[in-house]
Amino acid sequence: MRTATVYPPPFPGCAARLRAVNVNVRYFAGAREAAGREAESFDVEDGSDIAALLTEIVRRHPSMEALRPSLRYALGNDFAAPEAVLATGAVVALLPPVGGG
Amino acid sequence: MLSPFNVTPDPIDATEVRAAVLAPDCGAVVVFHGTVRNKTGARSVTHLEYEAFAPMAIGEMQKIAEEMVRTHGVHRVACTHRVGRVEIGEDAMVMAVSSPHRAAALAAVADFIARLKQDVPIWKKEYFDGGAVWIGTPENPQGEGEMPAPVARERDA
Repeated sequence: MRTATVYPPPFPGCAARLRAVNVNVRYFAGAREAAGREAESFDVEDGSDIAALLTEIVRRHPSMEALRPSLRYALGNDFAAPEAVLATGAVVALLPPVGGG
Repeated sequence: MLSPFNVTPDPIDATEVRAAVLAPDCGAVVVFHGTVRNKTGARSVTHLEYEAFAPMAIGEMQKIAEEMVRTHGVHRVACTHRVGRVEIGEDAMVMAVSSPHRAAALAAVADFIARLKQDVPIWKKEYFDGGAVWIGTPENPQGEGEMPAPVARERDA
């Protein structure tokens, strides 16, 4: 998978790091309000997991930091662990504590 | 007939939810209405607003229902939940369980709701005079205790 996309690579290993995966993020409830939007896209380094994506999200939306400890995540339509690795086109949802019923 | 699990902005027709679980070999059908009440603790509530991640919410409801069938031996489960603004007295959710006998159906209703409040991606915003809060967050925990038994509590009086 680690094929060089830039030639010549400036130094070994750099090409792999330059590859980015594009993921879509959906925000719900308090997370939607913190982000000020329902969805947006992020480019993250190849091999990034949801936790790494969160760091990028917090960088863009600092008020998300307060919610972070209570968030759960979905990849597609299923719960996912923060360690879940992201592929291009992945849809990640940020789920604050639920309160249906 | 509707699918057994729904998320809808429209008022819920409980007869449809009930119809989704009916079966000739079931001697018990329990229908539960979760209605919007006008207060939380001492705070007056003006209305609620629900938000859902609909496809996931329906998928999670399905999973929990399958678990109820496995663990309680009930026949079928159905649940419809509102999204958007819901007024005091309206149904925020209606669920139904059918079973050959009542004990399993009653237990499965209580269990299903408890699990829904934990794992189904539906959020509730409570509006009161002067503000609104998301319920379920560490600052605003869900007000209802888990229910081991339906004993009368002070706030139910």
